[in-house]
Amino acid sequence: MSQMLLNALLLAWRAIRRNLMRSFLTVLGIVIGVGAVITMVTLGNGATRMVSNQISSLGSNLLILRPGQQLGPGRDSAGAPNFKLADVEAIQNQVPALKAVAPVVGSRVTLVAGNQNWSSQVSGTTNDYFVAGNWTIASGRNFEPDEERVGKAVCVIGATVKTQLFPRESPLGAELRVKNFSCEVIGLLAAKGQGAMGQDQDDVVLMPVLTAQRRLTGNQDVSTLMLSLRDGVTAEPVMEQIRRLMRERRKLSDNEDDNFNVMDTKQIAQTLSGTIRTMTGLLGAVAAVSLLVGGIGIMNIMLVSVTERTREIGIRLAIGALEHEVLLQFLIEAVVLSALGGLIGIALAFVTCLGLTALMNMPFLFNPGINLLAFGFSALIGVVFGYMPARRAASLDPIVALRYE
Amino acid sequence: MSDSAGAPLISLRQVVKTYGTGTAEFQALSGVDLDIREGEFVAIMGPSGSGKSTALNILGCLDAPTSGAYYFRDIRVDELTRNQRALLRRQFLGFVFQGFNLLARTSAQENVELPLLYRGEDTAHRHEASRRALAQVGLDGWEHHTPGELSGGQQQRVAIARAIVTQPLVLLADEPTGNLDSKRGHEIMELLVALNREYGITIIMVTHEPDMAAYASRTVRFVDGNVDSDLRKEAA
Ligand SMILES: Nc1ncnc2c1ncn2[C@@H]1O[C@H](COP(=O)(O)OP(=O)(O)OP(=O)(O)O)[C@@H](O)[C@H]1O
Ligand SMILES: [Mg+2]
Repeated sequence: MSQMLLNALLLAWRAIRRNLMRSFLTVLGIVIGVGAVITMVTLGNGATRMVSNQISSLGSNLLILRPGQQLGPGRDSAGAPNFKLADVEAIQNQVPALKAVAPVVGSRVTLVAGNQNWSSQVSGTTNDYFVAGNWTIASGRNFEPDEERVGKAVCVIGATVKTQLFPRESPLGAELRVKNFSCEVIGLLAAKGQGAMGQDQDDVVLMPVLTAQRRLTGNQDVSTLMLSLRDGVTAEPVMEQIRRLMRERRKLSDNEDDNFNVMDTKQIAQTLSGTIRTMTGLLGAVAAVSLLVGGIGIMNIMLVSVTERTREIGIRLAIGALEHEVLLQFLIEAVVLSALGGLIGIALAFVTCLGLTALMNMPFLFNPGINLLAFGFSALIGVVFGYMPARRAASLDPIVALRYE
Repeated sequence: MSDSAGAPLISLRQVVKTYGTGTAEFQALSGVDLDIREGEFVAIMGPSGSGKSTALNILGCLDAPTSGAYYFRDIRVDELTRNQRALLRRQFLGFVFQGFNLLARTSAQENVELPLLYRGEDTAHRHEASRRALAQVGLDGWEHHTPGELSGGQQQRVAIARAIVTQPLVLLADEPTGNLDSKRGHEIMELLVALNREYGITIIMVTHEPDMAAYASRTVRFVDGNVDSDLRKEAA
């Protein structure tokens, strides 16, 4: 009996091999379908993992206070007043649940050191920034209280800035030209790598907030506040407290909307990964439909092939094939084809994912589950869509089939 | 005659085959009686449309008669199901067709192996048997050629090898030389005669050509769906 099955497999394999080109075209739909499903799911998983990695590297207790309303449809942040250093102080003094309150004043500026130049994000801030942003100083030091108070021209640079401007030598003590003034490098940040949106987090220069206000922006505005919650504190009540404080300081009446907003970065990251999951699901579903279309393609070509091979089926029946053996052979052909298509699709997806994750700097999370599922599903498609053509082939009358031209 | 003793291998009794229904009804066979003994080489002749192929298909269990009885040994073939007839075919019968009907792009050996695959034979036996069958038809060394690489006569030899690889009792051939020139035709006939003599295979062959029919030990003539004459060769 197993010899019988072995022989049926051999018969199916020989039929596939006899018409390699048609066989390939038959399974192309399955190849693409399986490839697409696996690629979508794998990339989606990678993106989700990347975002959740990002949540932890952000420091999970980070709030961001910005001018203007919460962005959304029909809302406008233009013209909303900026913050002042007094706001920073007020929040520091009145919201004890915060571990760090860092003002951020900045712009994109071209930096020059020696004969190298590089354009980077320069921010004026305080030592709280290192706490809020989960930064560690790799070498050198942070700002002295004196330097902060008088707005001295000193700066701490990120790893990318170091590589670009001080490729060999230590940057500590070196002079960095920022726009039109010279700034002493006092510290170097430990590298963090890429951010959630693919931006380079290490491409930064930090200086005391007063220095930046006087020499870069020329005003006393603070565009952003980074607030770090103490461990174990829940974000919502603190956000509400900050909101009330700011409304009070800005003397907003009850019927006026907030002209600032507080965001919880953890919440943003979670929303983002939720969105990615939804997208992954949707794209996966679209890809699954293409897999189904691939199955219909198999049925279509198998049906054509039954007509084309009528004479061959007649020969098989005449020389002793039983009805159910012809059925089995065609069914096996369909299953072998679609399973092969599935395997090729898996290989294709593997290569594609390897390439795309490398390109997008994403972790490649090989998911055995989805690979097995896609393979099983493609074999199932072979059975389902191969049955009708096989049935038709098996029920042919040998005499009619033999006479078929 | 020495072979007139014992029961015939094949008996048709009042076999009728009608095609179509109503006004389009057409009787291709109208009450055929025919006995064939084991070891005979029968040529079936007759004008076009006289029912030769119809009779051969019924004898070969490819088709069932509309009425009448068909005994193969002691089996009532006309009462069998489609599947039982297929089993009978693969057990006892081999077919050779006018158009060779080999699988394209498939080597001679794989073509010859085909009936064995359906019988569930293992690889070793299949190879051995198919090589032997190809040798029997004079095609050793041609195992790996596909039909496209073989001449018509060689293709028909492959078809004969495929028909005899299962060592059948009966070989049925519908105009086996119809697509060949007369020289190749005679070669095929000599091969059939040899198979009939050396292995005792019963051969039933439809042909239009009297000089091909001359190789047979018996000639049955069909006219209008019935046996018109039945001549045995004297002292074969
Ligand atoms: N499937 C069919 N449906 C309807 N009529 C058929 C069918 N098969 C054969 N016939 C008719 O039956 C008659 C006998 O056909 P058959 O093929 O047996 O003739 P034949 O003796 O083999 O002729 P030829 O020498 O041309 O091959 C013919 O008139 C043919 O038209
Ligand atoms: Mg005919």
